[in-house]
Amino acid sequence: MTDMLTPVLTARWDQPDAFTLDGYRRGGGWRALAKALAMPPDDVIAMVKDSGLRGRGGAGFPTGVKWSFLPQGDGKPHYLVVNADESEPGTCKDVPLMMADPHVLIEGAAIAAYAIRAKHAFIYVRGEVLHVVRRLRHAVEEAYAAGYLGTNILGSGFDLDVIVHAGAGAYICGEESALLTSLEGYRGLPRLRPPFPAVAGLYASPTDINNVESIASVPSIVANGADWFAGLGTEKSKGYGIFSLSGHVTTPGQYEAPLGVTLRELLDLAGGVRAGHRLKFWTPGGSSVPLLTDEHLDVPLDFESVAAAGSQLGTRALQIFDETTCVVRATLRWTEFYEHESCGKCTPCREGTFWMVKVLERLEHGRGTEEDLEKLLDICDNILGRAFCALGDGATSPITSGIQYFRDEFLLHRKEGGCPFDPAASTLWGNS
Amino acid sequence: MPFSEDVLARLDAGAARIIGKYPRPRSALLPLLHLVQSEEGFVSADGIEYCAAKFGLSEAEVTAVVSFYTMYKRRPVGDYHVGVCTNTLCAVMGGDQIFAELAEHLGVGNDETTPDGKVILEHIECNAACDYAPVVMVNWEFFDNMTPQSARQLVDDLRAGNRVSPTRGPGRLCTWREAARILAGFNDDQATDGPAAGPASLVGLKIAKEHGWTAPEPASTSKDPAEGSQ
Repeated sequence: MTDMLTPVLTARWDQPDAFTLDGYRRGGGWRALAKALAMPPDDVIAMVKDSGLRGRGGAGFPTGVKWSFLPQGDGKPHYLVVNADESEPGTCKDVPLMMADPHVLIEGAAIAAYAIRAKHAFIYVRGEVLHVVRRLRHAVEEAYAAGYLGTNILGSGFDLDVIVHAGAGAYICGEESALLTSLEGYRGLPRLRPPFPAVAGLYASPTDINNVESIASVPSIVANGADWFAGLGTEKSKGYGIFSLSGHVTTPGQYEAPLGVTLRELLDLAGGVRAGHRLKFWTPGGSSVPLLTDEHLDVPLDFESVAAAGSQLGTRALQIFDETTCVVRATLRWTEFYEHESCGKCTPCREGTFWMVKVLERLEHGRGTEEDLEKLLDICDNILGRAFCALGDGATSPITSGIQYFRDEFLLHRKEGGCPFDPAASTLWGNS
Repeated sequence: MPFSEDVLARLDAGAARIIGKYPRPRSALLPLLHLVQSEEGFVSADGIEYCAAKFGLSEAEVTAVVSFYTMYKRRPVGDYHVGVCTNTLCAVMGGDQIFAELAEHLGVGNDETTPDGKVILEHIECNAACDYAPVVMVNWEFFDNMTPQSARQLVDDLRAGNRVSPTRGPGRLCTWREAARILAGFNDDQATDGPAAGPASLVGLKIAKEHGWTAPEPASTSKDPAEGSQ
């Protein structure tokens, strides 16, 4: 029987010096790299494939399979890019990981780069987290000084440079092809696929892009074996992951558990929804996945089960909203975010998000009609699957699911001539 | 006004180090814009011209990049950029009220600087600290679990020149320009300051320890092949 919580990535975070080389090595850190360097690179790829690790950035694509897509012996330089542009609303796992334990990410990056035969790895970290940028750079410097990065690493003949690259404020750069465009020094616009980054990525060379948590999971897989990792979680969603509880919950924070844990189980550990209130709606994985409600407390939080419930596991960003929260206000605010962050490249997303904000504002202020709901759903229908990248698709999720579960509440605003909720009641201090 | 010789020398030395890190020079454009911002507090026409010359680009090409990214400012910014998260989760938890009260208290609107040039107020998007909502960022350092009262105190302290410390960050808060230099690629000496993690980051680990819950031991130490399977 596996324990309810299984700290692996979070296990060292309570050590005051967890972010230093000494702190990391004390817990066995940097030993997985030596083990990996003694294996043929393809065996490392096979190991990660066998572990069943799926991308932790939201899409859930098998990490080892992604690595295996890079052509070998093609004579071109290969690149590893770590997507540390954590910006999906509600998502707050990679930033504390990099602040507390940057070495596990850098060791994972070194192993991944060795496997895909890359001599350059980039950590593209969002610029708005200054102390995380400091900690990453400091850890990289320590790793160079200790011989884990640079030339002829641990006498293996493998060379690797790691570059910490700070972004400049653009949600779209979390989209992997936009991230590459940004890393090349341009406006962060997404690219048409194919060709996929594995074939033509950074500088049109084979490139592997993985989320922070995916890469940070690699040292534990190499150290403990693929079977160890695959023994956790569910049949198709293997391993552990960080679940981030936020909002109207008694004890918000990071909970690391095998995939397949339920929100009911996590809420039990977190002391439940804040005292005197009940769950109204929640996101299983950020704002770009459809909302769920109190009907879904027992849905196993794995890729398949959440999809079967009509949403997506996404980034395991569990934003909890109680009955004091207006779903129209929440949806409007998310839509304003997508409108602001739309890169403007494609018409459905650029124009659609603009008009959806207009319609939602009207509804929130009590001037909307039932036809407006149909108009919103029609716009969503014209964005979903027609936008250039996933940003546009994601923008439709809160709206379609909000209307699906709370249609009456959208219309109640008209009857009441405005929003029937008191925003003060939802605040952190509104409960006292 | 073109850069002084001092500034130019500093920029050139920094630019050479930044550009030298990348396989292709243009990848250094975003860091170089952070570097330019660290000199003037914003990206001026001179800053754009400087970057364009470094990469053999037109000023229009550089301006296109600058205008895409919200962290680059085109007008002078005060010493302290106060960003209040008003994305949905923080807004609901009180970020909207904090922003409204700060705007009134400071007498400025969104993206406006106080007359003393000390503080610019901006509403920002999700900053990956939702378990510490409502969140305020000052020069991109975390101020967690804010209230309207603590936020007012914070900006008063900033304007008075009192020492303020981020909740999860270094003991000394950088100025806006110093922060830009770090983003460009040049750490100050504060990387090891501050806690490894804040309290909310540790709640799951604490509960696991209280219950004696751990990840399974690897097979080499536990021979039972059923171990760890559900």
